[in-house]
Amino acid sequence: MTSGAALEVSGVSRAFGGVFAVRDANLSVAPGELRAVIGPNGAGKSTLFGLIGGQLAPDAGSVRLDDVRIDRLPPHRRARLGVGVVFQAARIFPGMTTLENVMAGAHATTHAGFLAAAFRLPSHRREEREIRDRAAECLRRTGIEDWAHRPAEELPLGQQRALQLARALCGRPRLLLLDEPASGLRTAERERLATLVEDLRGDGLTILLVEHDVAFVMRLADRVTVLDLGRVIADGTAAEIRADSRVVGAYLGTAA
Amino acid sequence: MSDFLGYLLTGLGIGAGYALVASGLVAIHRVTRVVNFAQGAFAVVAAMLTSSLLAAGLPHGFAELTGVLTAALAGLLVGLVAIGRPGTTPGTSLIITLGLGIFAYAIEIVIWGDQPRSFAGVPGVAVVGGARLQAHYLLILAVTVPVFLAMAAFFARTDVGKALSACASNPYAALVVGIDVRRMGLLAFALGGALGGLAGVLTTPVQQVTFDSDVTLLVNGFAAAILGGLTRPVVALGGGLLLGVAQTLIAGYGGSAYQLEVALVLMLAVMIVQASRRGAVPEPAR
Repeated sequence: MTSGAALEVSGVSRAFGGVFAVRDANLSVAPGELRAVIGPNGAGKSTLFGLIGGQLAPDAGSVRLDDVRIDRLPPHRRARLGVGVVFQAARIFPGMTTLENVMAGAHATTHAGFLAAAFRLPSHRREEREIRDRAAECLRRTGIEDWAHRPAEELPLGQQRALQLARALCGRPRLLLLDEPASGLRTAERERLATLVEDLRGDGLTILLVEHDVAFVMRLADRVTVLDLGRVIADGTAAEIRADSRVVGAYLGTAA
Repeated sequence: MSDFLGYLLTGLGIGAGYALVASGLVAIHRVTRVVNFAQGAFAVVAAMLTSSLLAAGLPHGFAELTGVLTAALAGLLVGLVAIGRPGTTPGTSLIITLGLGIFAYAIEIVIWGDQPRSFAGVPGVAVVGGARLQAHYLLILAVTVPVFLAMAAFFARTDVGKALSACASNPYAALVVGIDVRRMGLLAFALGGALGGLAGVLTTPVQQVTFDSDVTLLVNGFAAAILGGLTRPVVALGGGLLLGVAQTLIAGYGGSAYQLEVALVLMLAVMIVQASRRGAVPEPAR
């Protein structure tokens, strides 16, 4: 069965201690689409993010990346299949420079073998040079090239978020997952992030953006999926979502 | 003066053994956050096996190498039991390694008995700068120094070494960039086993081995490793050498009965001082 979707989430459920965090969720993201997932606090956004990224396994249902089932794979296998993840929390490598952090993102794409690396064979040196160039380009794109040789843990929060994004891009993902990327950012940083996300979509990258800030996603996303109490309650373009009474109800706390 | 130089070189040789055990502890702890209490057993198994192989007429070199590789395999097995199940906490794994370390006694006694064993190393006496010492101590140093240099190059320059370092820095982030953290943990256990085994085969010709020699090695190795918070291999190397020299000097100029106590006092002092600052064993980043 081929759906043609870049990401296909079908009937996915996940409960914690008998309480469903996500219940029978369906989501289909077309190649090159920028999809936002929004919802009030406790709607199951972070759980859904973890189910796609691999931090969580579903109790039921399936997750497919380009028609390949990934829902039972551990996170590192999903990364190798092309799922790039940017967490809200700064999951960086302290003790390494910013450039080294981003180069580590290319781990999923390295091919030169152990012996080639150990003996510094030409194939390995060429690959390393290529990764260094690619990492530098990712740093430039995310606007943190001035921090390249500083220890990553010294970066301010906004730059650590950018560093995670650069690291994910260095792994040449097919699907980019962003968990509340705008949270905690200042207005100027937020604008810069919005521009970058639009650029990446322009490159044809498929992006899934989980975000609490509705205004931020409404102007960026091709389509918006709304979660409430673990269920998908609406799915459509920004204009359709704005006009949807169930969404308004979920956000205002009135009965839908 | 020549006494002192003799003690110093002897101490460095003994300390190299501690440093190898310590670096094995550090390699495993950095990548997996597990304090491996079975670390001393790797040295005992490698030394016992080497003594058997040599007694059976196999040549030097081959016997020692087989001992070290078997210790690496033992390390892998300990790792499989201790961290093989996803979600095992480092605290649980620590208890498992403690249990395996004691279980190893039973296996060692069944195979090799409970009597001390040894085998010949480099024969004869070397004279360095007027100081006389067993020539084997020089071999210990001649092997240990290149091993540490090779490890430094491995961690800094190879992809596998960098992946191990990435797991050490932040295992959650390592998964995200496609590194199999569990496999890297098992690799660290195998590396720790090889380093422990190397300590065993190198030091047995000058210090005979019994099934419970692991306690001395583990206490000294841990004392050296804890100096660097179990995360800094270079500090562990320095700590091991320092400990060996200090013990040899104390033994040489008086109380030979107090060697293990030196390590215990140092270890406790370091842990108490570090605990009052930020915890002797650092918490992992998230």
